[in-house]
Amino acid sequence: MTQQKNFLFVGVGGQGILTASDIAAQVGLDLGLEAKKSEVHGFAQRGGVVESHVRWGPTVGSPTCEKGTVDFLVAFELLEAARWIEWLRPGGTVVVNTQKITPMSVSVGNAVYPPEAEILAALKERAGRVVTVDGLALAEQAGTVRAVNTVVLGALSALLDTPAEVWEKAIIRRVPPKYADANREAFRLGRETAKET
Amino acid sequence: MKRLLSGNEAIALGAWEAGVQYASAYPGTPSTEVLESLAQYAGVKAEWAANEKVALDAAAGAAFGGARALAAMKHVGVNVAADSLMSLSYTGVNGGLVLVSADDPGAFSSQNEQDNRNYARFGKFPCLDPADSEEARQFTRLAFDISEMFQCPVMVRSTTRLSHSKSPVEVEMPEGPRERKPLPPFERHSDKYVIIPAIARRRHPEIEQRLLEIAEWAETAPVNRIEWGDRSLGIITCGMAYQYVREVFKGFSILKLGMTHPLPKRMIHDFAGQVEKLVIVEELDPIIEEQVRAWGIEVVAGKEFFPLYGELTLARVREGALKAGLPVAPMPDQVEPLSEVTIPARPPALCPGCPHRAFFYNLRRHRKKVVVSGDIGCYSMGVLPPFETMDMLISMGASIGMAHGLKQAGAQEKVVATIGDSTFFHAGLSPLANAVYNKSNIVVAVLDNRITAMTGGQQHPGTGITLQGEEGKQIDIGPVARAMGVEHIWEVDAWDVKAVDDALKAAFAVEEGPSVVVVKGACVFTPYYQRRPTVAVDLDTCTACGNCFRVGCPAILKSDQTHPKTGKPKATIDPLLCTGCTVCLQVCPVDAIYETGGEEA
Repeated sequence: MTQQKNFLFVGVGGQGILTASDIAAQVGLDLGLEAKKSEVHGFAQRGGVVESHVRWGPTVGSPTCEKGTVDFLVAFELLEAARWIEWLRPGGTVVVNTQKITPMSVSVGNAVYPPEAEILAALKERAGRVVTVDGLALAEQAGTVRAVNTVVLGALSALLDTPAEVWEKAIIRRVPPKYADANREAFRLGRETAKET
Repeated sequence: MKRLLSGNEAIALGAWEAGVQYASAYPGTPSTEVLESLAQYAGVKAEWAANEKVALDAAAGAAFGGARALAAMKHVGVNVAADSLMSLSYTGVNGGLVLVSADDPGAFSSQNEQDNRNYARFGKFPCLDPADSEEARQFTRLAFDISEMFQCPVMVRSTTRLSHSKSPVEVEMPEGPRERKPLPPFERHSDKYVIIPAIARRRHPEIEQRLLEIAEWAETAPVNRIEWGDRSLGIITCGMAYQYVREVFKGFSILKLGMTHPLPKRMIHDFAGQVEKLVIVEELDPIIEEQVRAWGIEVVAGKEFFPLYGELTLARVREGALKAGLPVAPMPDQVEPLSEVTIPARPPALCPGCPHRAFFYNLRRHRKKVVVSGDIGCYSMGVLPPFETMDMLISMGASIGMAHGLKQAGAQEKVVATIGDSTFFHAGLSPLANAVYNKSNIVVAVLDNRITAMTGGQQHPGTGITLQGEEGKQIDIGPVARAMGVEHIWEVDAWDVKAVDDALKAAFAVEEGPSVVVVKGACVFTPYYQRRPTVAVDLDTCTACGNCFRVGCPAILKSDQTHPKTGKPKATIDPLLCTGCTVCLQVCPVDAIYETGGEEA
């Protein structure tokens, strides 16, 4: 793999997006490419939207992607996939964890969370490919709900022409040893799910 | 070995490699991780200071004593430290003194977008602008050398995008522990470090001369470099903007300035003379552009195309270039904008269990008769729904001074200042003394959550734990206020809704002098936050009155059930988010919320 790959990881504060994007950047580096990532901390994180850009390539300038150039939109939350869809390159891929996290605007009754089917239809209308994973269920099956982000990375890895071992190694380096096995399993489950879709 | 480091981690690494002995900072996004990272290295004394001025003063003292010293802060923190900074430019240093300023173009986490390169120009000292983590590391090392070479503080200017992006850095792993050695005996140079008027007058021309010498050095220093390409277009750029320029203006000639003050005049003239058209791309203020234009060099595209405000991005640089008619690739094709689905906003909110919740719930109920002067911290979210209980907020510690002035000028309402514990120690002590001294009848509510929360949980003088983990004295806010002469002080449990309200009412009843209400409860992200069994809603009892929604807790959701008469939704509580703080339970008028008594959340 020599060409540029742009990833945009999005979701809600507390979902492990920064760790997942760290791992994806590390994988790029381990594959012998240049890799950069960028994120925003602070105010935005308190239950707000989190975005993290990862770019791989022979050389990488900007650590952030340009709207319309994202090859893989990796959404940890359904609504966030819709919010960021305009960043996708026409024909690009969406990996979406179908978990729903109710925003305050919805819970206080000022807005409505759109139905899942409508969101997915809108995504499919625009993306070359939409891969859905039930991250929470698969992480539970793997042994810890904390491994949702590993499930999502597993799914993403299946869509890239990259060896699973490189991802696994990068993931295991970042998780506490007692969760290593659960994360291996979570990665495998995510990867299998994406291969099946 | 290549490692991915954030800009802030790379600055810390560079400082360590330069042999920094002392470092101090007040936490502030996006600068916080510089000191957090530096504190991990052996042989460095790294501290959280009470505020940015103290941090810089401490670094100055260390540098006067011969240590290499660093102070780090966010852009607005430099405003706090500016008084000392301006004088330090006059005094010079002994050991190298580096000021890391992390600016926030885009105001992701700040009250403004000020461009701190202006301080370098204003204070007549050099400013280095790295463009990635490797440069952040190298420029920080270089900054110490420049500081010693030219006898001045040196600013390493980062931005949110640099500080919080990771890019590869060639790391030779630090060799074994470096020992902390005592400083040599203090070399007394009172004619240098005591900046009385006579000395200031003598130093000023020397500082002007120094700036010329630094500019001369910058003509050939590798910190500035030219990347020759197609000479029909030449772009001058610096910092993170360079990364956008090299992608958007692919193949053209680039003058990348690593030092944005002072500027290398001959180098810029030569570059401009060898390209057909000159473009300047820099984030925020036209620091380079104004100087280049003042030298009489023609610039075909600058700030009229690359805006004065907001963060630059690939898209904004491309857009500007296209508007200027420059030969760059068009904007990328985009997918159809979303129109068939409306995306609800996801504003930040106080976390489930947050100790600020009961306070703002109560304050809102007194809304009509109070004016609320806010401060910098998580509690600035008091301005957002459902509380909407904040009327002014400008800078760290300003809540008390503003409340004071408003009341003294004759405000008829009760005036409440809300300030956090870390902010209280940062810049709240002086204005409280001022309120006591001038006898203003204000209420100061200190929301004491035992941590600097917004920046991710840093210790401060009130917690008594240092950056490098030593435990010491906790400075207690109530007794401090008492010692200052505040006569009416209440200390209340942050999650006891009635106790908080009683204290507020009692404080409102005080007719003379300031009163202080300390609302005590640890942030949910501290290790000492006590989680309790979750609470749940009995849907049969719930009358859908909506009162629990007014505490603004992300764990409280609308349920599928509605009240048969009003049609309003009843509440439900997400057990995964609930921390069992019971604020909602206490405000429920019909006791529909109960403790599950189950496992701790």
